[in-house]
Order: sequence, then C-alpha cells, then structure tokens
Amino acid sequence: MILKLVWENVRFRPVRTLLSMLLIAVPVTLILTLIGLSRGFLEDSTKRAEGVGADIIFRPSGSSLLSFSGAPMSDRFVDQLAKEPHVVAATGVVMQALGGTFDSVTGIDPTQFARLSGPFTFFEGHGLEKPDDMLIDQYYADQRHVHAGQDLNVLNRKWHVVGIVEPGKLAHLFVALPVLQNLVGATGKVSAIYLKLDNPADTQMVIDQLKAKYEGYPMYSMKDLEASYSVTNVPLLNGFIHAVMGIGIVIGFAVVSLSMYMAVLQRTREIGILKSLGASKSFVMGIVLAEAFALGLGGTIAGIVFSFGTRALMHALMPASLPQAIVPEWWWIAGAIAMGAALLGALYPGMMAVRQDPIEALAYE
Amino acid sequence: MNSAAGDSIIRARGLRKVYQTGKVQVEALRGVDLDVPRGEFLSVVGPSGSGKSTLFHIIGGLTPPSSGEVIVANRNVSAVGDNGRTELRRKYVSFVFQKFNLLPNLTARDNIRTALYIAGLPADRFDPAFVTILDLLGISARLDHKPSEMSGGEQQRVAIARALATRPAILLADEPTGNLDSSNSLAVLNVLGDLNKKLHQTILMITHNTEAAAFGHRIVHMRDGCIA
Repeated sequence: MILKLVWENVRFRPVRTLLSMLLIAVPVTLILTLIGLSRGFLEDSTKRAEGVGADIIFRPSGSSLLSFSGAPMSDRFVDQLAKEPHVVAATGVVMQALGGTFDSVTGIDPTQFARLSGPFTFFEGHGLEKPDDMLIDQYYADQRHVHAGQDLNVLNRKWHVVGIVEPGKLAHLFVALPVLQNLVGATGKVSAIYLKLDNPADTQMVIDQLKAKYEGYPMYSMKDLEASYSVTNVPLLNGFIHAVMGIGIVIGFAVVSLSMYMAVLQRTREIGILKSLGASKSFVMGIVLAEAFALGLGGTIAGIVFSFGTRALMHALMPASLPQAIVPEWWWIAGAIAMGAALLGALYPGMMAVRQDPIEALAYE
Repeated sequence: MNSAAGDSIIRARGLRKVYQTGKVQVEALRGVDLDVPRGEFLSVVGPSGSGKSTLFHIIGGLTPPSSGEVIVANRNVSAVGDNGRTELRRKYVSFVFQKFNLLPNLTARDNIRTALYIAGLPADRFDPAFVTILDLLGISARLDHKPSEMSGGEQQRVAIARALATRPAILLADEPTGNLDSSNSLAVLNVLGDLNKKLHQTILMITHNTEAAAFGHRIVHMRDGCIA
C-alpha cells in the first residue's frame, strides 16, 4: 500500500516529479560523464599504446611511467637498443603536448615505426614525405573537420595534412621525428623508445638484462604500461574524481531537499489526512523517504541515459580529445550517491511532516 | 437514550483547552463535562468559536486537553502522549470532515484501503459486511473513481465509508453536510442515521445547523467553551 501511495504521489504531480528527477539526474550525469571521460581517456591511451606493437618501452632516467611530454633522452640509444639480443626493432619518438587540450603531437621515424606497428591504414592521402607534413587519425580529423590536403595550425606552425589514418597507433597527430625535435629544441633527443622482441614471452628476461646494462633508465613491458592506465594510478585524476563526487553529493542533497520540502508543503493537507487516519510517525516518514527513493531511482536512471547523450555529444564534437567511455560499474556508485543524497535530503522534510500538527495540516489550503 | 455514565463510550470531566496565540491565551474549552453512551447519535450544536470543534479534536485524539480528563473507548486520552492518540485514531475513532478530506490522488477504493492498511487490517479485499455498508452508502459503483471525478455528496459518502472501514467504536463527524447542497445533505444525514440504527454505530456530530442536529438522538448546545 505504501508503494501504491508513493506511486500515486509521484504520478499525481508529474511536472514536479519530472523536474525533481531531472535535477537529481544532473549530478549523476556529471559524475558518470567525468568518470567516463577519465576512463575513456585512459582506454584510448591504452589502445594507442597497444597499437605501437612494441613489447618494451624504454624511458629517460628519472621519468615517471605516465609522463611522456618532452624529449630528455639521447636518440643514440635507439641504435644501441636495436642491437641488443632478442630486440628485432626499436624506434624513438618525441611527444609534445599541445597547450590547452589533452592532445599531443608525436614525432616518429615512419620507417622504424612501421617495423613495430605495421604500416598505417590510410583513409585519405599518403605518408609523411616533406618536413611540414602531418598525419592525423580519423578522430582528430573529425574533431577538427580536416581532410587530407588541408593545412592545420599546431604548435604555432602551419602543417600540411597529407594523410588521415586509422586511429589506435600511439597518437592522434604524427610528424617527422627530426622536424619535431628541432621545433621543440630537442635535436638528437627522444621522449621514449619502443622495442619489439623476437619472442614476447621473453619480455621480462630482456627487461632484466637491459636494466643491468642501462642502470637508472626505467623500462616497462607494454602490458605493465597498459595496466598502469587506471584511474587510481593517476593521483590528480583520483582527486578530481573525488571532488566531482563531493559536488555530486552536495548538488543531489540540495536538490532533493528542496524538492522534498516542496513536496511536503504541497501535501500538508494529505499528511494531515493520513494522521487523522492514525498513520504513525514512521508511516509518514516512510512515505516521504520512499518517495525520495523513487525520485532518486528515477534521477539515477535518467542520469545514466543522459551519460550516453554526453558521450554522443563528446564523440560528435571532440572524439580525439575527449573520448568518453560508458562505465557501467560506476552506475551503482553514482546511483548510490544520488539515492543517499535523496534520502538524506528527505530526512528534514520528513521530520517536518512527522511533526506536523494534524489539525493545522487538515486546515491547510 | 439515557446517558448512563457506566456505559459511556465517551466520558469527559472538567475538560479545558487553552491555546496560546502569540502573547494572548485563548480559552477554547472551559470545563466541559460530557457522557456519550455506546450506540448514541449525539449532535453538538453551537456557533463559531463555541468550542465544539476543539471538543471534537480532543475526543478524536487530534490534540490533547490542557487539563481535565477524557476517556474514549475505555482509553484515557488525556493521559496518553502523541503515540497513544495516534493509536486511538488508528483503532477506535474515525473522522468525517466538512471538506471530505479524501486523498485526491487515490481512487475511492484506495482511500478506503489506505485506512485499512494504516489500521493493520487486511486491505486487499473488502469483507461482506463492509460491502453491505458500501451498498447502503450507494457508492459500490464509484469505487474506482478519484475524488475529482465524484460529486460532493459521493465524496462525503466515500469519506463515511473510509471512516467505517476500520469498524471504529466512534464516528466523529465535523459539519459533514457543510459543503453539500440540501439534497446531498439529507442523503448523508439519512445515511448516518441508518448506520446508527442498523449498525448501532456511535456517532458524535458537530454542526451549527439545527436541522442537521435534529437527526441525532440528543442535542448538546455549546457556547463560550461550555456546554449550555
């Protein structure tokens, strides 16, 4: 019967119910979108790392696992490492972050790079030939509405886009390695070196041998690198997500409190009727909380649906820079936050309802 | 009908109620003594401000008295707290109000079921005795309609049905015909009379209408917080 009462209550004022659910959906959407962006960004990075086709990544001394921008390591290591036992191919890259976006431009040696990852699949145009040539992947091309043959201004320089390639190979933007080295003042330097082995099963053994020889230079298997692309491994991201969750809780709490406060005010007379029928305090509180739960559930479902909408929007507007994943395991967390905020927010209005004088409530117009 | 104190289902002694309105104290009841025997249909008549509604609220457990004693269905309402008064409303008294006070978002059937559910009684289906009451009230065919789809007279009869669904010891009616036209008023008063005669339902009706009051076995007049 309580369910029936709650259902009829939420049905009886559809506009208020809809508005409340929409408002609760806002923090849910916010959380799921930002989590989805974080996850999408990491998944995209993982996929692109896999696309290199390497087994080991060799990093400059003192570098961290997930920081790539800059070129502090001599490119002489590329030739040395290529001659190490079990190494069949090696390529050095320079990565330079683009200011104001999450993207970076990557300098590659096309021949060496192809030995690891295989040739690019071209949707348009051809490979790098001239110093100001640039390859971009399909996501970036969609994002910037660029086709092969057009120019693109990146790093304060005009580049000629000569090819649109299939996404998933290390980066979204590629230029010739020496050009980028000169441009960023890192002639003869690289950001990282990728190694391909004759037998991937020997990766750990080769890493151990290389570590003994190149002391102080971090190196990881690509599987370790891919595994490290998680939210918890990025301290700032983790803090950011917690901040978003906090904002979600505060917004959810405020929204539901206001919504339930209005609901209790609107139903003052009905609460008086229930009290005249002998409804206990727990019964009245139960109805208010059950309604908050229903609104929270509706808002959560709406928020989940909206997160698909934000993904579609991100994909349409910035597929390369803001790849958003759908993260179902966070549906429950975002839902729990919304429901928790809804129930907490309904407590005060619920207490108001419980304390209402039945005579005054029955006289309420 | 005699007012035998020993068989009284309502017994009030020295009942007083003082409301604090800002810095002003308003004495709504000034020592009311009242006995209502089981099965009586009592009309309480008086002008606005005479204290009849306050008496109704105290007997119904909607508000406690400031002093004095009131025993309703063998329960000392003046000695119990909020929970005790809630239990009184749930099990022993039911209300019929001037403004019907049906839950607007529920059908007539669900309004009745809500009262049964709150009272802890089976609410899934109505027992044959209650179906007879519904027939007597003439609302059997209107049970699946919401209050907004019914006339005032129908709404008041649904309110009476809801009040009777829990088999209360006392039916308290506050100006039950106040919002009805003369034909619906007559119908409702006849229904209350029938319920009293056929089911021996104790009824205490508050009204300022002397014609309506005449439907009761006995009329009590109130003025200035006292029984005249």
